[in-house]
Amino acid sequence: MDWFSISSGALYTAFILYLIATFFFGATIKDKKTTHKGKSGTIGIALTIAGLIAQLVYFITRWIASGHAPVSNMFEFVTSFGMGLVLAFLILYFIYRITVLGLFALPIAMILIAYASMFPTEIAPLVPSLKSHWLYIHVTTVSLGNAILAVSFVSGLIFLIRQIDQTVKNKKNIWLELIIYSLFLFIGFIVISSVFNATNYEAVYGYQYNDKSYQSTYHMPPIAGPHNGEILTPGAMKPLFEAPSWMHGKDAGQKLNTIIWSIMAGTLIYGIVRLVLRKRVGAAIQPYLNKTNPDMLDEVTYRAVTIGFPVFTLGGLIFAAIWAQIAWDRFWGWDPKEVWALITWFFYAAFLHLRLSRGWHGEKSAWLAVGGFAIIMFNIIVVNLVLAGLHSYA
Amino acid sequence: MSLEDRKASKHKKKKQRLVFRAIILSVLLGAIVYALVDNLQKDKSIYKVGDEAPDFELLQVNDNNEMEKVRLSELRGKGVMLNFWATYCDPCEAEMPYMQSLYPEYKEKGVEIVAVSLDGAELRINRFIEKYGLTFPIPHDKKDTVRELYKVGPIPSTFFINPEGVIVDKVEGALTLESLEGHLEEITPQ
Amino acid sequence: MKHIKCECGHVNPEGTVLCEACGKPIEGNQHIDGNDRKKLLNMRYEGSARRSQTYNKSIIDKIWSFFSSVKVGVWLIVIALVASAIGTIYPQKMYIPADAISRDPSIFYEETYGLTGKIFYQLGFHVLYSSWWYMLLIALIGVSLVICSLDRFVPLYKALKRQKAKRHPSFLERQRLFSQTDHVTDGEKEQVIQALKKQKYKVRHEEGHILAEKGRFSRWGPYVNHIGLIIILLAALLRTSSFMYIDEYVWVREGEQTVIDGTDSQFYIENKEFILETYDENDERFAEAIKKQGAIPSNFQTNVIIYKAKEQEVPGQELELEVYDEAEIYMNHPYKFEGYTLYQAGYQLNEFTTMTFAVTDINNNEQIDQFMIDLTNPQETYELNDGFRVMISEYYPEYYMSDNGPDSRTDNTKNPAFVFAVSTPDSEGAEVSFVGDYMNTPTNFDATGENDYRVELIDAEMHNVSGLTVRRDYTLPLFGLGAAIFMIGVMQGMYWQHRRIWVNVKGDGVLLAGHTNKNWFGLKKDIEKVISDTSINQVIDQQELD
Repeated sequence: MDWFSISSGALYTAFILYLIATFFFGATIKDKKTTHKGKSGTIGIALTIAGLIAQLVYFITRWIASGHAPVSNMFEFVTSFGMGLVLAFLILYFIYRITVLGLFALPIAMILIAYASMFPTEIAPLVPSLKSHWLYIHVTTVSLGNAILAVSFVSGLIFLIRQIDQTVKNKKNIWLELIIYSLFLFIGFIVISSVFNATNYEAVYGYQYNDKSYQSTYHMPPIAGPHNGEILTPGAMKPLFEAPSWMHGKDAGQKLNTIIWSIMAGTLIYGIVRLVLRKRVGAAIQPYLNKTNPDMLDEVTYRAVTIGFPVFTLGGLIFAAIWAQIAWDRFWGWDPKEVWALITWFFYAAFLHLRLSRGWHGEKSAWLAVGGFAIIMFNIIVVNLVLAGLHSYA
Repeated sequence: MSLEDRKASKHKKKKQRLVFRAIILSVLLGAIVYALVDNLQKDKSIYKVGDEAPDFELLQVNDNNEMEKVRLSELRGKGVMLNFWATYCDPCEAEMPYMQSLYPEYKEKGVEIVAVSLDGAELRINRFIEKYGLTFPIPHDKKDTVRELYKVGPIPSTFFINPEGVIVDKVEGALTLESLEGHLEEITPQ
Repeated sequence: MKHIKCECGHVNPEGTVLCEACGKPIEGNQHIDGNDRKKLLNMRYEGSARRSQTYNKSIIDKIWSFFSSVKVGVWLIVIALVASAIGTIYPQKMYIPADAISRDPSIFYEETYGLTGKIFYQLGFHVLYSSWWYMLLIALIGVSLVICSLDRFVPLYKALKRQKAKRHPSFLERQRLFSQTDHVTDGEKEQVIQALKKQKYKVRHEEGHILAEKGRFSRWGPYVNHIGLIIILLAALLRTSSFMYIDEYVWVREGEQTVIDGTDSQFYIENKEFILETYDENDERFAEAIKKQGAIPSNFQTNVIIYKAKEQEVPGQELELEVYDEAEIYMNHPYKFEGYTLYQAGYQLNEFTTMTFAVTDINNNEQIDQFMIDLTNPQETYELNDGFRVMISEYYPEYYMSDNGPDSRTDNTKNPAFVFAVSTPDSEGAEVSFVGDYMNTPTNFDATGENDYRVELIDAEMHNVSGLTVRRDYTLPLFGLGAAIFMIGVMQGMYWQHRRIWVNVKGDGVLLAGHTNKNWFGLKKDIEKVISDTSINQVIDQQELD
């Protein structure tokens, strides 16, 4: 066994452990008091810790295998964000002892890890600009900060599902449903990527960009082909349409294609779930959350922000600036990633001021926590893959 | 404390507060104005109109001119048009014939045209001089020292220096015949 | 305009919401913090008098009170947030990719993104972060920071300093955590005090009333972190001056010596060697990635010699340089000297250093002679064997065909081309040929078609060029200080809590109330520990969210 396969195995183990732990947390919902330890809650936490240890094994062995901290590409970064989320959940669990948090935090962590695994997982060497100790100081602190802030999303989401009136259709529960639907899109992406990976689908298309020729390898049948593309793999299907010309950059058509497939798959899965439940997903979950204490959830939302905000500032702005000064000769350069880190920071600063000075508690706070998470995910996914700047991972 | 005293002290406090606020606000306003003005000023060069032109000395490469070296301070008493150019720069090339056409006349009047070349290869400068029959001194700034001294950005870039050695005008981009004549007139000794 | 005397005897300043000493809500001022209809008291800023809320006469006061509003501050933050986001829709001007259609913004945005790109450009969003209005926005956030902090810190400080252990019953009853117990013995009270002390509370008691307090310093966190932010903004302000901040770029060829921009011509640099290394494709660990992505660079490095210029009478004179230092500069490893820092920032591979040509007789393919051109300083003529002679009539270091015929883009020797005139010993005049453009379409062109001699490239030496950034930034320590103070402040405010527990005597029993700025759960647990083994009732959380 080499280090690389140990590390892959450990990540797989961690995933399975999180999955089982989720079921145990599910069982705690029926317990009388959510804040008191029931048997299943204890088992759930033990499994979560075991899973975190397994993921740490993944992290360390991959580090040994590659010679650098595994935070250098999309797969590694999103995986470590998932790991951070589990760690952050444990921190807040041990302060407040709310098991229902695990029921939502672990699936989100699992979605993140599965999502990450859809990107190339092979070990790539570091380009010169990343060769620095600051790589792991900066990246791990940012992902931990983001992860703690993400816990406020988890508790905010639970709060909203519990508190929002589901008896009649209204703006709020439609919005809430939209948030849940967007989680389904991630699942859709994971499912559809896995399906086509299993079938080994591959088709190569060539296209012109700025008078240069490029090739895009499709792993999903092309609904959207590259702009001005041509089929290079004999017998491959003709794209239904071409990506619009304003979508530039490498592999723009392929990315668009993946998005279309994910939306289709996600919508299909969501549709099936709706058909089975015969009501909004939020409405279906709501009764199970009766026994959770909304005050406590609100407190967790706020607390997660107060713990996460300084960590994020340190990692995402201060360490980032120090490293940028060393590597790129300027500590701040208005690169899209930097700007979105600043936006995240502005957002949570506004969150804190609104809460402390303007009394935005409860539901308002919960909506804000959801918005903050949307910004974080935007920064991790859209900025990395679409608004590619210096931080481009893919 | 009588009512009167209390009223007076309150009045005083209020006034102090007003003064305090006024000071803080004006400091903040000052900082903002400074930041905006300073940032929006495009011209970041150190030598501006009104400054004394810094001295330099370079070897002169134009065989049609008798000077061996050009040292700016030795041209005191004459008006100096200090031009930065290069052979590969098209707008520089465009203004050269104008400079040459006015040179003999203004040399008589006590104005010197100094065209500092930022090229690498002297051969190219020579070919260029032959092509346009240039006769004014062309110092060659091989190590970019004088370009750096004058913080020259895009070329052509021209400084007009009066007989007292003070920069009276700075032009970025190519000059037309008329504007060139106007500027030369400005630095002609009385 | 008068001070308000509370029934406890304390004189409060105008605008007070809760009495500084006993906490009794002040009649007629409850609207300020919106306390009116709520059961629980709003404890923000301890109900102290914020001056901005009261005096509003002069223009100065009006501006002051505008900026002292947190609502205004939050709006400024939100506007800055949205503006920042807009700026990332398309790349900023400085990030227009090198392989773009055009690097001229007036062409790039419209050509690449169509109408939306044109709008983006015309609204000036391509240089959004250095636009006057964005800077003004950030500056206004700074103003809001200063005034909000001043306006709140002083009264809060006074209120916390003046608070008394004895509080008005209505203050206690309207706290979120509250309980009432009818009979409590002195022994039990003493027990409570000991328990509080054990939990590291600072305990004060006046006439049997108890105030236990912990972590008050966390209340100063926001003001400390705001000071940090103000220092950062100040540093940014200072950075605009060229004394504090220098940002230059210098290109230097291998073997070349040039001045380091920004150093007042005091320092010169020589590029000994530029090194570009790639990962070994046989390395098992990375084999798969390299197969997929192609060669992956592992190092960009410039080895340099730094020279210091000896005292010179005037700049530009023949220089006398002395070696100052030698250094290896690579990514993440800048070189620092005398306050300046040099960074490996860019490179150009494969410029020509020398080219060697051979002159051949076309008729019998015999080589007459060879000559080597040093491209940094080509000679006018090259004398060859047997009285042959080559003259360079034109030289294009970076040749291209312009609208006006052959031309050179720059004086970088990226794609040299020559017009040679070959004169033979036996004939008048010379044979002209155009030779070059080896990087695009290698050409050896004979205009007349009657030449007897051919000039051919037989050898060339290449060199690389390094791009280095030169920085001097005296504001860095100030930024560091600001960031450190911000972190201290934010941790002070976020990782500690200000907890207070009041136990006030009422008849035979006590009123017990608790307040904290976060983690009510923790405070409740504290109280639970404090009153265990006594008959005092556990507090009830009076806040109803559902």
